[in-house]
Amino acid sequence: MSDKPEIIDSSADARLGHLSVQNVSKIYDPHGAHVEALHDCSLDIPAGGFIAVVGPSGCGKSTLLNILAGFDNLTAGQVLIDGEQLASLDHPPRPGPDRVVVFQNGALFPWKTVLENVVYGLVVQNRFPESEANTMGMELLARTGKLDRIAHSYPSQLSSGMQRRVEILRALINNPRILLLDEPFRAMDTVSKTTMHRYLLEIYDQYHKTVFFITHDLDEAIFLADTVVVMTTRPGTIKLRLDVDLPRPRTRTRETMLSQRFLELKQQAVSAVHEEAKKAFERGERELA
Amino acid sequence: MSADAKTKLLPKPSRWRQLNWRGAISVVGFFVLWHLVVVLEIAGFAEIPTPVQTMSTFISDYLGSSKYWNSWMVSFERVLYGFIIAQLLGIPLGMLFGTSPRFRNLFFPVFELLRPIPPLAWVPISILFWPTNESSIVFITFIGAFFVIVINVYDGVGNIQKEHMWLARSLGASRMAIFRRIMLPSVIPSIAVGMTLGIAITWNVVIAAEMIASDSGLGRLTWEGYVSSTPEVVLIGMISIGLAGYLSSLTVDYIERRMMPWQEKS
Repeated sequence: MSDKPEIIDSSADARLGHLSVQNVSKIYDPHGAHVEALHDCSLDIPAGGFIAVVGPSGCGKSTLLNILAGFDNLTAGQVLIDGEQLASLDHPPRPGPDRVVVFQNGALFPWKTVLENVVYGLVVQNRFPESEANTMGMELLARTGKLDRIAHSYPSQLSSGMQRRVEILRALINNPRILLLDEPFRAMDTVSKTTMHRYLLEIYDQYHKTVFFITHDLDEAIFLADTVVVMTTRPGTIKLRLDVDLPRPRTRTRETMLSQRFLELKQQAVSAVHEEAKKAFERGERELA
Repeated sequence: MSADAKTKLLPKPSRWRQLNWRGAISVVGFFVLWHLVVVLEIAGFAEIPTPVQTMSTFISDYLGSSKYWNSWMVSFERVLYGFIIAQLLGIPLGMLFGTSPRFRNLFFPVFELLRPIPPLAWVPISILFWPTNESSIVFITFIGAFFVIVINVYDGVGNIQKEHMWLARSLGASRMAIFRRIMLPSVIPSIAVGMTLGIAITWNVVIAAEMIASDSGLGRLTWEGYVSSTPEVVLIGMISIGLAGYLSSLTVDYIERRMMPWQEKS
């Protein structure tokens, strides 16, 4: 243990990231097509909590994430983070380094090396001189999965799993209050996915950041999260909130994945999701959960 | 390692094997075929000299001639000026079209009206407008590359990933930083496409313009060969133009690779 201050504050008393979504609605094109994407959604995630959101395609999961990230506005309700108003009708949301997103298809800047990507936030906010930011970036890369060996590679030279790890670190180095992950492991094969789960849980267990995780994969949702939220088909509302009381740290073993409790939780989630998927299908929506 | 004993590695290909020998054969084949059609007096080839005749004329009259090498210089200069001015004006204009709807609404229709006019159709007006022959040829060359560059950059701005812009804002980048560090690098690949197309067009245009309106350059050299009924000179001119265009493309390729170190070499 070094005595210099940690880049990323994970001490319990400094724990931030209590997210409160209160009666949020979102209507796209209110004077024209009037598509209601979210209807009266409320959620409360304690600081350091891990929430996974599942639901049929087009149920508004990404809309909700975009509102939290500050990319989109809402049409009713409000969002608070640690008691501060993040978004409401009179307070259009703004993106900020306390809420950085990891996107489904990856959004590393291809013209920057891994290290330049990771420290981009620190440099562009002028929080640290570039050399100091680089040192911090290298340290973080080295500490999480020995990624310092790829620090000077370009993203196109990395596998999608590696790219996603770097994106998580690019968010994490800003010491965010909340990590927003929009189906980050969707296009991966099972083995890579399992590796990524282990990596994400290691980071989560170490830094205890609040995580808002969107996925289609129920196993993934239950295995990773403290709370699994099932959303209804459009307009998106909260259909079911499942508290996952499996002990942490979690490892992907037969005992965990086939434990009585895991299967019970999965059963509940599956029936809720299927109901919604069926409704969506009957309405002619394009894809099932 | 025991695994090595079992796995026999393929031998590293030698330099000789890496040579594109098929390409070499085809170049040699081309000259042999040319020679044959002339020697066998195939219809239409009566006036055409053989590669050997062409080569000997080249060595005796042109290789040491300063007038010949001056033609190279003059044409290269025209291409270079036209091309560089087209980049300097075209890249900012493309960025403006891509980023400012007001500017685009105001000026894009005019741009689209002028764009379909072939560069050579600008020759007469250009000669009337510009004080010297030299400046009018550079102008026509510029026109050849300009529209391609603008359209490519404009298109490149439209293809910037919205996630990149969003992330930059999340990470705290100012508007200026987003422009310099996200938008500019995002359009570099489109600038490169514009450069590749632009350099090819400028060579096309400069040769034709020289034939019409100049007393120097590789285009003029070729045309003089025709007027003075010396077909060897026509062929020397054509091959020189081919080489000049090829050299320019290689240079542009090299610059593009330097501009985009992040792109994997294929």
